[in-house]
Amino acid sequence: MALVLSDGVGAAIRAHGVETYPNECCGALIGRDGVVTVTYALPNTTEEGPRRRFLVRPSDYREAEKRASEAGGDLLGFYHSHPDHPARPSQYDLDHAWPFFSYVIVSVHAGVSGDMTSWRLREDRSAFDSEELTHA
Amino acid sequence: MPNTINIPTPLRPFTDKKESVEVSGGTVGELLTDLTTKYDGLRKHLYTDEGKLRNFVNVYLNDEDIRYLQKEQTPVKTGDTLSIVPSVAGGCS
Repeated sequence: MALVLSDGVGAAIRAHGVETYPNECCGALIGRDGVVTVTYALPNTTEEGPRRRFLVRPSDYREAEKRASEAGGDLLGFYHSHPDHPARPSQYDLDHAWPFFSYVIVSVHAGVSGDMTSWRLREDRSAFDSEELTHA
Repeated sequence: MPNTINIPTPLRPFTDKKESVEVSGGTVGELLTDLTTKYDGLRKHLYTDEGKLRNFVNVYLNDEDIRYLQKEQTPVKTGDTLSIVPSVAGGCS
């Protein structure tokens, strides 16, 4: 599998991660056929500490699906940042993942964005598989 | 009479890409059981190994979260619509 980020998408994710640092940011990935054309920044509504957790509440999830539909696209997945942690999924990420979505993670160290990776949940929920991330 | 369950994007590959599915039953739990009987691949994404709904799986009867009704024992009537709506969560540790 591979995920393509259209022009400006990677920059928007990085900018959001820097903006919310030292807290985690989150947002939706909207596009079609594995190409993300637009992001939709969402509020991190976690009550477990936004420096290490994010939560997209159901009402915001519904809004993201609506936005994707209005844009003539699909909801392809979600992005979030890992402040001062590597861009690798945690056990918590795995425990809460949905199938078939792409999960883009950007690492933000000391307020500066670093590695960006993308992951998909294995169908048996046992692990994430890395997917190739390219920039159009 | 069947009821309708709205399926969110990440679960549609299990329902032949259908956005909604017709199911039958007298309670929310029975509708969900009918759904996972028809589309077995959904089960592990909706339920834990212990058979409980995962905490990031939200189920609405019409527009009411079933957690504030009688959960899976909530009775349903003709024309009621169930919606499965994800919470999306994660974090760096």
